[in-house]
Amino acid sequence: MSILIDKNTKVIVQGLTGKTATFHSEQALEYHASQMVAGVHPKKGGTNWVGAVNGGEVELPIFASVAEAKQSTGANASVIYVPPSGAGDAIIEAIDAEVPLIICITEGVPVLDMVRVKARLEKSDSRLVGPNCPGVLTPNECKIGIMPGSIFKRGSVGIVSRSGTLTYEAVFQTTNVGLGQTTAVGIGGDPVKGMEFIDVLELYLGDPETESMIMIGEIGGSAEEDAAQFLIDEARRGRNKPTVGFVAGRTAPPGRTMGHAGAVISGGKGGADDKIEALKAAGIAVSSSPAKLGETLVALLGK
Amino acid sequence: MNLHEYQAKQVLRGFGAPVSEGVALLTNADVDTALAALPGPVWVVKSQIHAGGRGKGRFKELGDDAKGGVRVSFSASQVRANVAEMLGNTLVTKQTGPAGKQVNRLYLEQGADIESELYLSILVNRESGKVSFVASTEGGMDIEGVAADTPEKIHTIDVEFDAGVDEVTAKRLVSAFELKGTAAAEGPGLFRTLYKAFVESDMSLLEVNPLVILKSGSLCVLDAKVSIDGNSLYRQPDLFALRDISEEDEKEIEASKHDLAYVALDGDIGCMVNGAGLAMATMDIIKLYGAEPANFLDVGGGATTEKVKAAFKIITADPNVKGILVNIFGGIMRCDVIAEGVVQAVKEVGLEVPLVVRLEGTKVEEGKKIIDDSDVNVVSAADLDDAAQKIVKAVEELR
Repeated sequence: MSILIDKNTKVIVQGLTGKTATFHSEQALEYHASQMVAGVHPKKGGTNWVGAVNGGEVELPIFASVAEAKQSTGANASVIYVPPSGAGDAIIEAIDAEVPLIICITEGVPVLDMVRVKARLEKSDSRLVGPNCPGVLTPNECKIGIMPGSIFKRGSVGIVSRSGTLTYEAVFQTTNVGLGQTTAVGIGGDPVKGMEFIDVLELYLGDPETESMIMIGEIGGSAEEDAAQFLIDEARRGRNKPTVGFVAGRTAPPGRTMGHAGAVISGGKGGADDKIEALKAAGIAVSSSPAKLGETLVALLGK
Repeated sequence: MNLHEYQAKQVLRGFGAPVSEGVALLTNADVDTALAALPGPVWVVKSQIHAGGRGKGRFKELGDDAKGGVRVSFSASQVRANVAEMLGNTLVTKQTGPAGKQVNRLYLEQGADIESELYLSILVNRESGKVSFVASTEGGMDIEGVAADTPEKIHTIDVEFDAGVDEVTAKRLVSAFELKGTAAAEGPGLFRTLYKAFVESDMSLLEVNPLVILKSGSLCVLDAKVSIDGNSLYRQPDLFALRDISEEDEKEIEASKHDLAYVALDGDIGCMVNGAGLAMATMDIIKLYGAEPANFLDVGGGATTEKVKAAFKIITADPNVKGILVNIFGGIMRCDVIAEGVVQAVKEVGLEVPLVVRLEGTKVEEGKKIIDDSDVNVVSAADLDDAAQKIVKAVEELR
């Protein structure tokens, strides 16, 4: 098992034909059983996209709308590489087409566009990951987004992170210590987004193949504190998996936005130390170094 | 992007919010024109810097008994004296740090007859994913202090995006502010105006502290702090034009030209990293091994050799930098591009401090080869831990 995506996931690519979407769709098609089944571009419906995959060529149909693409291909997921100005509308189009899983990679989406998206999302059954995220990957089965497939190994750790490159650190280290991953989910660095830590942790707790978890947070907001409380509550109900945590930004100055739009300590709230304390209180083994996530997990499991 | 108070008020006035009359001053010579436009008999001279606590701030160049950065004046000559004393001097507030900020702009405003002071802000509430009003009867004070001491006096009221400030929301706000009479009648209109300004101007924060009830019973926006969402500037050209780069660090301005996420810090180890989370974690690990980072720098996912070169030059141009750590985990970012950028930058500007490079991920072998084949003096590191220890040690040996 895994969470969110597997070898049966059929993906449409919103914004395909663009350079970034083309590159990452080719990479995804080269990754095991990943099924990219169609592209969506409002002005290029009826044409074909041709990608270079494993030394050959792969053709995908381009549809003018998500609804058409979904109906024709039976897709159950969509990945969005549309530029920031159109990303909010692209997500809403996917929600309206009732796509069950929507993953938005785009960085730089205006925050009020995400407030509008969120209002729509709440009235739907769709799940959104991102924006401003690296995507989701289930090793040996399906890759959606921009994570480097080569560092993954199928295994037992569920990874969830607000940061792209720190997700890679966690993946790489769990591969190197031999544990491997069930799925890795990058939830993204924006203040208003789709799935939060608790939504992903809930899925990992329910996934029999996931034996332990790594959760990587950063300064800003209170999602880490919420996740800590969630894990405390679930543990009381007898649902509990060994978890390693890390929080980036202990040295970040208050009031400054650290690259990610959501990574800012404001009004004395969202500092790393409070988050680390909350995670520790929930029984999470917090690693002081981002280089020791794998090691910390091995030590925790060895106890 | 932050606006000055006078700019924020200009924006709010444009939406029809009640704001006192005022004129911005850039030089002493502007005072007479400003006084001619504002009848008095009471004026307020306000320092325009991007930091709070101006009223209680102190000017570095003036004595300890001199007045702060916001001054009430009761005659034209008093206005002139205050302007002469404030303009060009350095204001230190609890938000500026000890270095303070030079006051290059003043705002001369018509005085107001104040009955009471309230606190209002509108922000994007990241917990609910909605736009929220924050309302308190404790205006004119440090709101963080109010939140800590008397949290029950702070009301957070979410706005449903599709409904906007509807009757129910407006009523809740009137009640949270305990408005009566004229103010209660004016409240709903003002809340809708401010909300409209917030949404249509892509604000991420609008803080009115204080919002005042005048002796006449009417509401008035006495101070205004506005931040515009950086992701929305492409569709807010008029607001982007208000950017005051004299408020920003020179290295940060240079970085923004190259679309690099850069924040200047006080330490002496320069960092170049891909990804915001890894960049923060790199700063943290430098600190963990006993040194301090000189900057946060995320070169981003799709950086070119040119961009990497620009980033490297910004780091080496910082006189505080005594060592450099390049930490790359290539996903989209290819290690060979990073290596090429670093080698080219060193060729152009030289390298006078130790450089530790850690490369991992996409095209890592190609990247390492580019560095090995160059004559750049680089210490290679096996992983992030190793890299941090090596650069901290190298810099310590120089001390």
